[in-house]
Amino acid sequence: MTKHSNETGRSAFPMPALHRREVLALGAGGLLAASGFSARAQTKAAPPPPAKPTGQVVVGLSQEPTAFNPLMPGIEVDETVWMQVFNTMWLADPQGNLMPDLAVEIPSEANGGISDGGLAWKVKLRPGVTWHDGTPFTAEDVKYTLELINAPGFKSRTRVGHALVKDIKVTGPLEIAWRMEKAYAPYLALLSNTYIVPKHLLEKAADPNTAPFNGAPVGTGPFKWGTRQPGDNITLVANEKYHGKGPYLEKAVLKYVPDQTALYAQFRTGQVDLIIGTGIPANFYEEAKKLPGRKVVMIPNASLEILMPNLENPVLAEKAVRQALYASINKQAIIDIIYYGTHKPTESFAPQESWAYNPNLPKQQYDLAKANKILDEAGWKRSGSGVRMKNGVPLEFAVSTTTGAALREQCQQLMMQDWQQVGVKMTINNMPAAVIWGDFYTRSKFQSLLVGTAFRTVIDPDPASRFASDAIPAKNGSGANQMQWQNAEVDKLLKAGQETFDQAKRKEIYWKLQEVAREELPILPIFQYAPIEGYKEGLIGFEPNINARQNTWNMGVWYWAR
Amino acid sequence: MSTFLVQRLMQALVLLLIVSMIGFAILHLAPGGPLSQFAASGEMTQADLDRIAEQLGLNRPLPVQYLEWLWRMLRGDWGLSYRDQQPVLHIIASHIGATLELMLTSTLLAMLLGAWIGILGAIKRYSLFDSLATIGAMIALSIPTFWFGLVVIYVFSVGLGWLPSGNRYTIGDGSFLNQIHHLIGPCIVLALVSTAVWSRYMRSSMLEVVNQDYIRTARAKGLPERSVLLRHAFRNALLPMITITGLHVPTLLSGALVTETVFTWPGMGRLFLDSISYRDYPVVMGILMFTAVLVLLGSLIADLLYGIADPRIARNG
Repeated sequence: MTKHSNETGRSAFPMPALHRREVLALGAGGLLAASGFSARAQTKAAPPPPAKPTGQVVVGLSQEPTAFNPLMPGIEVDETVWMQVFNTMWLADPQGNLMPDLAVEIPSEANGGISDGGLAWKVKLRPGVTWHDGTPFTAEDVKYTLELINAPGFKSRTRVGHALVKDIKVTGPLEIAWRMEKAYAPYLALLSNTYIVPKHLLEKAADPNTAPFNGAPVGTGPFKWGTRQPGDNITLVANEKYHGKGPYLEKAVLKYVPDQTALYAQFRTGQVDLIIGTGIPANFYEEAKKLPGRKVVMIPNASLEILMPNLENPVLAEKAVRQALYASINKQAIIDIIYYGTHKPTESFAPQESWAYNPNLPKQQYDLAKANKILDEAGWKRSGSGVRMKNGVPLEFAVSTTTGAALREQCQQLMMQDWQQVGVKMTINNMPAAVIWGDFYTRSKFQSLLVGTAFRTVIDPDPASRFASDAIPAKNGSGANQMQWQNAEVDKLLKAGQETFDQAKRKEIYWKLQEVAREELPILPIFQYAPIEGYKEGLIGFEPNINARQNTWNMGVWYWAR
Repeated sequence: MSTFLVQRLMQALVLLLIVSMIGFAILHLAPGGPLSQFAASGEMTQADLDRIAEQLGLNRPLPVQYLEWLWRMLRGDWGLSYRDQQPVLHIIASHIGATLELMLTSTLLAMLLGAWIGILGAIKRYSLFDSLATIGAMIALSIPTFWFGLVVIYVFSVGLGWLPSGNRYTIGDGSFLNQIHHLIGPCIVLALVSTAVWSRYMRSSMLEVVNQDYIRTARAKGLPERSVLLRHAFRNALLPMITITGLHVPTLLSGALVTETVFTWPGMGRLFLDSISYRDYPVVMGILMFTAVLVLLGSLIADLLYGIADPRIARNG
């Protein structure tokens, strides 16, 4: 993180003064962010990093990274590898500011990188970067990456945003330009998660889907691919020719421990230095805080735990029903009793740390009398069995979630009790993960779901793929609007939010959108996740980042204080 | 003998075909699929999911998918994993070493201990030792492995700090002693249950033999008790054990689902579990066929050995 990058980061996104100072402190003071979680994590002044990469860190993961081509289908845990081996053109810091990485500056309308109303893009790339095999990195690699994503036979993970790119031109060894089919502001964020792959290696493969590269990736990142023991660990080694800061560690081991309790035990006994990702189970939080030589932190996360109603379900389609249900969820009991007080209640689909978050939404109150009143007024009459009826239809629906998710199952029981008191009959219909997240979810075959999910585009607040009426898979849409929300005003807001690059204007749009969602309740938000991660004392540089897919995002600058 | 072999091999091939058909059908007919895990996060759109399903050939009719799989299999192509794009045989090979190490040590331990307890129990039937062994075996058989595994970790790793709480070796230290140290925990857990099983088999097998006429004859001849037990009784008691051992061979290579998960042991059992939960069809089918072949081979070898060990068993095929 050079001073230069702060300057450009600032020019890309206007930041409030406080953030700017923090970012400057980050650049000047080296590795310690002066704010937030890392401030709590690191209290003493840190010793300087070693002159040459030394030592190793063992990162404990409860899922196994198995996809190593960063453009192909993968899950969040796979990003722990991608982040080390590859680079993106820019990435977001914990405050949400984009920082250049393979690019020298973030394209914006102000610096001319984005012009023609958002249709023309131009990026200048960083000189002196080499691939791990010594080949220089050029604009051809970026062009190849963007083209590969859209190549017909290639199994790319997602083409959202990328499909709009056309006329890619290499205008110099380190300069690239392209045009967009329409102005699409979230593309900046999407590119912060698009890792650049080497043309010279993938081009040679007969089929990039099965290239040897996919099993032994070569990138430009702080760590090089080392060895893999399938089902156990991946060892990465320091790239001493890295273009950025670090790496300070000689080796980084990504260790897979399949069971969360077993993972926590290994953290306790010291076999893993860190637990990230799914984190430490909530029931061990109190104990973990007291472990000697370990630091345990609650980290911000953009995922929400929600009740997702299927709005095509005759009962749940009625707004009054959703409002009554929402008023009779005891959020505080769910968080305090079931989740050991580890997550934070929320009203919005946007994470509370986002610049687009609207803090002025009405607070949900657990109020059974109010819920009863809403249902009475909406014409739902109590029948002999206690279940409300309207036009011969009972107020009854099923809540589904993953079998074996003990905390969610308890949450279902709590909801069931509360809803019974307002004359709602809730049934439980749980299924194994591979079943529930298949067609049942994507094709909206559920009545309602208890699910943890996010409503943004990478780090951009745009929730169009979740809320737009043309994004309903069950109606031949191509998004992830599984609740099947259709709202003309929302569609208009979503479109406007994508078309402008002006953050102030976008903020206004998304504030309005959050108000509409709070009123209409297409999702019933319960809490925003704050998972618990832990690390050994003496590890310097660990800095949770809500805008990174994994908290190994800055592993290049980690080192041990000894 | 050779006609017997040919006959058995033909039967095995038909069985394998049936196993593959049923396995393939059940696996694919179960709701959900390999793309479920991508859908949950909401990051990939339906268009992306549909495109990948198309590229993987998942949207074609099931019989077509099966025939294609079978055709590839017949040519020795086990396919590529959906999860990490590696050839299935390569993935199996990279997990089998860990499983073999764990299963072989625990099975050897269990067989030796089990045989000893079983024989002693049979000779001194209804003694205090026999009663204790019987009660112990019942307890060991009723303890759920995952619970016992966690207890071992809790007591010996977290509490006493004697054993590592899992893994096959310490990362960065792959020495022999380090590996043995890591082997102790899961080995004890696995051996506990198998010792109980083996001791029960051995005991009943031995009991059956010691009441036979030829043992009485041997004693009547005035042979020393030691010679009666070891040369006459034990050898005959081992016969049924051959079949059991033969049937046990597949588990040596297919691994232990629960213990491998609790102790973070990167073996076949965990590979199977992970592949199932991911719906990694090629790998699950690969493991299924691999295990089916082992089961058939194991019982064939047991039959052959049985014939060699016991000449009374005539082959009439």
